[in-house]
Amino acid sequence: MAETTKFKPAGNLSWLVSTLYILFLLLPIYWLINMSFKENAEITGAFSLWPQNPTLRNYSVIFTDPSWYNGYINSIIYVVLNTIISVLAALPAAYAFSRYRFLGDKHLFFWLLTNRMAPPAVFALPFFQLYSAFGLIDTHIAVALAHCLFNVPLAVWILEGFMSGVPKEIDETAYIDGYSFPRFFVKIFMPLIASGIGVAAFFCFMFSWVELLLARTLTTTAAKPISAIMTRTVSAAGMDWGVLAAAGVLTIVPGALVIYFVRNYIAKGFALGRV
Amino acid sequence: MQKTWNNKAWFLVLPVLVLVAFSAVIPLMTVVNYSVQDTFGNNEFFWAGTDWFLEILHSDRFWEALQRNLFFSFVILALQIPLGIFIALNMPKSGIGVPVCLVLMALPLLIPWNVVGTIWQVFGRVDIGLLGYTLRALGVDYNYVRDPLDAWITIIVMDVWHWTSLVVLLCYAGLVSIPDAYYQAAKIDGASRWSVFRYIQLPKMKRVLLIAVLLRFMDSFMIYTEPFVVTGGGPGNSTTFLSIDLVKMAVGQFDLGPAAAMSIIYFLIILLLSWIFYTVMTSSDANG
Amino acid sequence: MARITLDHIRHAYGPAPKSPKDYALREVHHEWNDGGAYALLGPSGCGKTTLLNIISGLLQPSEGRILFDGKDVTYLSTQARNIAQVFQFPVIYDTMTVYDNLAFPLRNRAVPEAEVDRRVREMLEIIDLSGWSKRKAQGLTADQKQKISLGRGLVRNDVNAILFDEPLTVIDPHMKWVLRSQLKRLHKQFGFTMVYVTHDQTEALTFADKVVVMYDGQIVQIGTPAELFERPTHTFVGYFIGSPGMNVMPARVEGSAVVVGGERIALDYSPQIGAGDRAELGIRPEFIRIGREGMPVAVNRIEDIGRRRIVRADFQGQRIAIVASEDAEIPAEPRITFDPAAINIYANSWRVGREA
Repeated sequence: MAETTKFKPAGNLSWLVSTLYILFLLLPIYWLINMSFKENAEITGAFSLWPQNPTLRNYSVIFTDPSWYNGYINSIIYVVLNTIISVLAALPAAYAFSRYRFLGDKHLFFWLLTNRMAPPAVFALPFFQLYSAFGLIDTHIAVALAHCLFNVPLAVWILEGFMSGVPKEIDETAYIDGYSFPRFFVKIFMPLIASGIGVAAFFCFMFSWVELLLARTLTTTAAKPISAIMTRTVSAAGMDWGVLAAAGVLTIVPGALVIYFVRNYIAKGFALGRV
Repeated sequence: MQKTWNNKAWFLVLPVLVLVAFSAVIPLMTVVNYSVQDTFGNNEFFWAGTDWFLEILHSDRFWEALQRNLFFSFVILALQIPLGIFIALNMPKSGIGVPVCLVLMALPLLIPWNVVGTIWQVFGRVDIGLLGYTLRALGVDYNYVRDPLDAWITIIVMDVWHWTSLVVLLCYAGLVSIPDAYYQAAKIDGASRWSVFRYIQLPKMKRVLLIAVLLRFMDSFMIYTEPFVVTGGGPGNSTTFLSIDLVKMAVGQFDLGPAAAMSIIYFLIILLLSWIFYTVMTSSDANG
Repeated sequence: MARITLDHIRHAYGPAPKSPKDYALREVHHEWNDGGAYALLGPSGCGKTTLLNIISGLLQPSEGRILFDGKDVTYLSTQARNIAQVFQFPVIYDTMTVYDNLAFPLRNRAVPEAEVDRRVREMLEIIDLSGWSKRKAQGLTADQKQKISLGRGLVRNDVNAILFDEPLTVIDPHMKWVLRSQLKRLHKQFGFTMVYVTHDQTEALTFADKVVVMYDGQIVQIGTPAELFERPTHTFVGYFIGSPGMNVMPARVEGSAVVVGGERIALDYSPQIGAGDRAELGIRPEFIRIGREGMPVAVNRIEDIGRRRIVRADFQGQRIAIVASEDAEIPAEPRITFDPAAINIYANSWRVGREA
């Protein structure tokens, strides 16, 4: 009965809406998982809702072939690099935007956000040429830097929202207490916006992880992301559906893990209206 | 918050500026540079002025792709925004259901875009996909590889599958930030379910809805990977969006000039439309 | 307007409450008169908001019944109970104008538009917002917003009761006073049954005819401000009402006398205290006389607060407060006497009446 004070969703069938929606979301994923445990013969031969002869062959292919598992390592390296670079660069900038007025601040902020609107397709070619000129093609750092295009503005935006929520008096008190700026920032300010940093990192991770166009353009072999390896294999290996499905399932796992760990922060980040 | 005027804050912004300059300004300048020049290889460039822009603006291929983009974004917004609001309204507000819903619903957002494409490519196939096979079994003539309409439906359903959760999560966050007292006051005032939505929930969701509309518009307008994987722009050119065309032109055919000109036009259209959305959605605030 | 009967109400937020500790509201059994102005007073978490929400129907009690004019409304919805409630933070409909905000509860009840207009205009006059009727409610100040929530309650002139949940928390001290006197005037004018929740004793004592003091999930006393002051039925009321609060010290009752430490104080009655009960003596600082006669005390500190002085002293190992007038002389070896009529005796924190 305590719930009567809480907002009651419309009707008694509200659970059905969420359930149906989640079912709709999970069905294609289930199908992928289902396929990943099947032999190719079974996939193309007989239609079945679950594996008749469950096999781990597809996964063992991926875990034993370096060209496959290196893809995962490559992806994770540049995604983590990008997340670290984006958040570290965004922290002081977001602080500046949330605390100070300075020459051209509003234009700068807006201009940063417009980068989020730039279609990656527009940048694919110039990126390729730019990074070629610097000899960065096929390195992890190239992809990490390229993804800064949309992740840095995003991180600045999210962090600025969180920082604006911290009263300015905290800064002033710390300065009066004799803290230097760097010490104040690391010791006092960052713990206060820890959940904001978490949310920003989450979104950087997410957008870097799901992006393919730039990542594929800037890499050839040594830093090739897993998702690009997947596309290559589809055409070359004559439709090895099972391995393709297994690789797909494995690309879902890191995202699912990250989401599970930050689930309480996301709602908070969204609540601030910053994404 | 009262902000102090301090031009030294530029030093704090500097790292971001350097990064963005490297990852956005220089490439963008390259694009502008290409867009006004012509080349016959050998690194020899000739001034072409606005020729490429005129060529793009006069090509049917561009306008057809633009129309497809606009139509696609329109359908996506018309479907995902109301659906997202509806699902958010019906999500559990407390208990174990909340984290379960949040995690499961956010799942599609974290799948690499080409894997999303792959999932649906497989799911929709009439020979090995659950969806295609089932539709076939039910006697529906469905084949996204052959039929343009089926291809469109597949891509739209895929995008709804992929991105509606973003709208749901945003709206949900807006909803849970409404204090209980509002619902209690509404009960006491005798408000109907519709009034509660119209006068409490919708106004409080306005801010997040603005973000949802902007993000969904921008990203649906920039869509590349998912339709590329599923249909490759076909059948025919029926699902060739601007970005697919652009990549084909730039990377496939190495038509640098036209590709660069098209990039700039493309970017400007997104900026313009985003600005219009933003102005329209925030103007009602200013009047009130 | 209605008489409100709370019939053995108990409430627990968790399922299956076992011990009294599980109850947010332990047991409330009272009747509140039609047209009365009641203040629910108590510290945070004492259950006053729970009780208010049970009356308004936002909560259903775990046990017991609630009656309006003898009619059982326990399972009626908030809407059917026809009550108004004003919340701690102003609840307004941002996108509506001030006028529409006030008209909202009437329109929802299908009141004819002409009548809506008449009542809304009247209410705009009363809450002093006539000039703002066409403005969007969004940009108003906190006290204007709170006036609107107030107006939305009062605009329905047939309500059974109006409930206030700490409505002045967000208001400036100056505006608090203005709004409170407006409320009192409206109460006189319309004669609603009003229930006002607060943790501020001044607010409660100035607003209400009857103050309901709550502590730890139960009502410990209902009385006029004077009764609460002179005869606190529970030591908590003694502490909570008055500034400084009542002096309460462990004591031993011997017939018609009470012994505190080494002092024996005669009473004009014999309190009945059970064998195992914890006995205490309570006396308000205002009823202790300090001078050259009586029992010895050691003065620690004297606080001057304008027209009176508060003397902090040790009496038989107990810290006590004494209120002395500005010009009262405090001798070098001070002694105190208790006004016998003002001594209250408590057994297990509950007052033992002289009637018993």
